[in-house]
Amino acid sequence: MRRAINIVPGTGTRILLALLPFLLIACLYVVVSAERRAANPGDKLLPPITEMVTSMDRLATEPDRRSGDLTLWSDTAASLQRLFIGLGAAAAIGLVLGLTLGLLPVASAGLSPLIAVMSMIPPMAILPVLFIVFGLGELAKVVLIVIGIAPFLVRDLAMTVAAIPSEQIVKAQTLGASTWQLMLRVALPQAMPRLIEALRLSLGPAFLFLISAEAIAAESGLGYRIFLVRRYLAMDVILPYVAWITLIAYLLDWLLARLARRAFPWAYVRETRR
Amino acid sequence: MSEIRAHNVWMEYGDQIVLESISVDIASGAFVSVVGPSGCGKSTFLRMILGQERPTRGVITVGGAALQAEPGPDRGVVFQRYSVFPHLTALQNVLIAFEIAESPFTAKLFGAKRKAASEKANALLEAVGLSENAKKYPSALSGGQQQRLAIAQALAREPKVLLLDEPFGALDPGTRAQMHALIKPLWRERGMTVIMVTHDLKEAFGLGTRLLAFDRPRIDPQAPERYGARIIYDLDLSRDGPVPVLGFSRPIEPSTTSQETKRSMPHA
Repeated sequence: MRRAINIVPGTGTRILLALLPFLLIACLYVVVSAERRAANPGDKLLPPITEMVTSMDRLATEPDRRSGDLTLWSDTAASLQRLFIGLGAAAAIGLVLGLTLGLLPVASAGLSPLIAVMSMIPPMAILPVLFIVFGLGELAKVVLIVIGIAPFLVRDLAMTVAAIPSEQIVKAQTLGASTWQLMLRVALPQAMPRLIEALRLSLGPAFLFLISAEAIAAESGLGYRIFLVRRYLAMDVILPYVAWITLIAYLLDWLLARLARRAFPWAYVRETRR
Repeated sequence: MSEIRAHNVWMEYGDQIVLESISVDIASGAFVSVVGPSGCGKSTFLRMILGQERPTRGVITVGGAALQAEPGPDRGVVFQRYSVFPHLTALQNVLIAFEIAESPFTAKLFGAKRKAASEKANALLEAVGLSENAKKYPSALSGGQQQRLAIAQALAREPKVLLLDEPFGALDPGTRAQMHALIKPLWRERGMTVIMVTHDLKEAFGLGTRLLAFDRPRIDPQAPERYGARIIYDLDLSRDGPVPVLGFSRPIEPSTTSQETKRSMPHA
């Protein structure tokens, strides 16, 4: 008998093993939902799949009576717009500050402690401040996402840049590079793969802040809808919405992973050899 | 000219004295091997000439002018590891030297300028025998090929002084001999001053025209950091020099690649 650590599944087995837990959870849900329905025909907690499909079909294809929008798609568009602007702004801040702090000892001495302290501020605790300062519009929600993930990106990228071997920095100088040229041609390209990895890790927190902001004050958005229909215990909308958000986050993560490997093949050489 | 003079140079880290009273004149165009036990300050000496570290006392001049306190394009360098940029292909690794020189803001060249620079970079890759690997990333190159690339990159700005910090220390003996066969003609053609730190005595005697040995002549057992290293041997290894180099016969001064190959790899 081989040791357990040496048993490696093939491609087919791997896919089967990956699907198995999902199927088990789905089966469990169907069985438990049916049992609850049998015991109490008015049960709202675990609606059957058919009910969820009907609700989602209504939200995705029938215009809303008040606004005339297709609810699911307008919610998704509003949320994604906030998410992308927030992620983009956070990435830009992370890149600029990360490169500066990682390369310039003077900037690092002056700003690193401040950023270390600021990254410990719980973003949700200052959400009321954001609503007061930036109003209840889009800006406050985007700013919450930026405040939530930018400090992490800055610190992560500063560490990545500072970890570039000093030999490379000296080498670039012996080729005549100025600080700016060094930042542009040596530090920036080597920070990019890490930026994408850090963005992938930030997707979870970014959605957390987005949904939180939408739950408190919004007129559209995935989080807004979930917290709106919660009043009617409409699990037939909430559960599919959660699944939809999860799917979007998973796809974004997958796309970022593909993008990094396509754009920066040199950073993933070890992976492909495996 | 590029003669290097160090006058009464000291290097101290707090109470620890690493180098003491180093005075040496290195003639322009010399190939100086620097040997010594680990931790005796050979690499510190090299880093001082590179401008990466500043001596705590004393002056170093290159070509008569006081040394700039930071690395610059007049002094090229090859380290033992991490010398090349992992995010650039072999060709781009050499090309970046020209891009930095000619394009101060974007450090990128386009069009005709890029073509001209690429030709120069390709010529350098060819000189170190890497033209077939121009499109590969460093991670796809062997250790010896990476060091060849580092040499090509260091030569791009045509430095007057080339500093080698154990450049072949991580290579297997066969590859090392190939690298010796490569570096000597390059040094001869370009008339650079080369300073090479090495642990390999055969390499030090075989390549250099002069050998500096660093060690601590005095050791205080109660305070081992009290005395630093000095130059304890300074041997002239040039052809008509007085030093008999036992076991390392040099019947002819090899001046072409094939002669040097024959000398370094007699069994190849």
